[in-house]
Amino acid sequence: MKRTINTGLIKEKIAGLIYEASFILPAYVEDKLRQMHQGENAGMAKDTLGILLENAEIAKKEELPLCQDCGIAIIFLEIGQDVDLEGSYINDAVNEGVEEAYSKYYLRKSVAADPLQRTGQAAGGPAVIHTEIVPGDRVKLTVYLKGGGSENMSAVRMFNPTDSVEMIIRFIEETVLKAGPNPCPPLFLGIGIGGTADTAVLNAKKALFRGTEPHPVKFYRELEKTIEERVNRLSVGPLGFGGRYTTAGVYIKEAPAHIATLPVALNLGCHSMRYRTAVL
Amino acid sequence: MKGEWASITTPFNEKSVKILEAGDRILLSGIVYTARDRAHERLCRMIRNKEELPFDPAGQVLYYTGPSPAPPGKIIGSAGPTTSSRMDPFTEDLLKAGLRGMIGKGKRARPVRELFPYYQAVYFSTVGGAGAYLSKKIVSAEIIAFHDLGAEAVYRLEFRDFPLLVINDTYGGDLYEDALHQRK
Repeated sequence: MKRTINTGLIKEKIAGLIYEASFILPAYVEDKLRQMHQGENAGMAKDTLGILLENAEIAKKEELPLCQDCGIAIIFLEIGQDVDLEGSYINDAVNEGVEEAYSKYYLRKSVAADPLQRTGQAAGGPAVIHTEIVPGDRVKLTVYLKGGGSENMSAVRMFNPTDSVEMIIRFIEETVLKAGPNPCPPLFLGIGIGGTADTAVLNAKKALFRGTEPHPVKFYRELEKTIEERVNRLSVGPLGFGGRYTTAGVYIKEAPAHIATLPVALNLGCHSMRYRTAVL
Repeated sequence: MKGEWASITTPFNEKSVKILEAGDRILLSGIVYTARDRAHERLCRMIRNKEELPFDPAGQVLYYTGPSPAPPGKIIGSAGPTTSSRMDPFTEDLLKAGLRGMIGKGKRARPVRELFPYYQAVYFSTVGGAGAYLSKKIVSAEIIAFHDLGAEAVYRLEFRDFPLLVINDTYGGDLYEDALHQRK
């Protein structure tokens, strides 16, 4: 049985998800900020986390964006193969939803149409769209608003398959330390391991959408914990001002890899993890 | 004055920057000007061509930000700091013109950090990703140049108790380096 979904509905939903992601922190992200605020002793680290909590309050109440860098919209579409899409071309519908949201909600438009010839004013879109066909008759939409400051600190390295886990941890430590204050820590740290270079980079982003779900595999759950402890020991701290929390959470997404390769990619997500998901 | 918030006002002079040390927590009030990537490019071109700037940088403080559009009834949209290192290539020209302070987030390149004691200027960070909160510390905003750049235009802002942390002082102090030395 085919299920028909009009892409006009997808456009509408995308605009709604951008609204929520821009103004309202996911509940678990706010909880995490609160826990870290309680966990810091005093000084600038605690004051900074206190300001971030107040920022979330003001953003929600006054409909002011959590950050003036309202990001580039990254959209993940998981389309059930039993879905029959009708209406305008789905990517056009998504981009219309994005443009509409950035104008309607007074979000800063930060997309340059050409990466080298940066003439004219920035626009709200186009979005970066990743599409996947999945079983079933549903459409799952995920919107992730990514700021330039954190995206600029992304990294990928091709390891040898015989390299140790310790070498991977050191690469992560080096990257976080080198990024320092720039990506706005405490970081939601996404790590893509395996696949090819491109899948590792994409998985580093997708990993973050697990939210509060623990990793299903014990080996990776433990590795995430180890990486969290090691990264926090760097004492970069909230916004690089020093402190106990350099990461707010570590999320690994692994994939099968060629016998000759071991790519590892990092997505440094800022303290305000701006994303939302909806299922149609 | 470490450990508590101290109030200071703009503009600065040689004496006012000397009392600031890396790690000091500051509430800044008074006029500041905004500029980010493309405004820096233009300001520096104007300096080299000996053209008159939209404001005199002497004693002033620059805020690296590109605010979100002001919704109806608000002075300004969200207005937090952008990454400062992108402004590194342009900083010396502005310091030569008398700039005394810069506000952004993140580390400056070593050669730029070395300019601060030489030109007697201070680099501050404010809280990245707190644009909604920080917009409440801005009591007036007006675009004074480069309207065509949209969010990257130069704004004249008035701050009231805008929270800052001194990162690089006029003595070569560096809060980011100090923070890492707390490492166990």
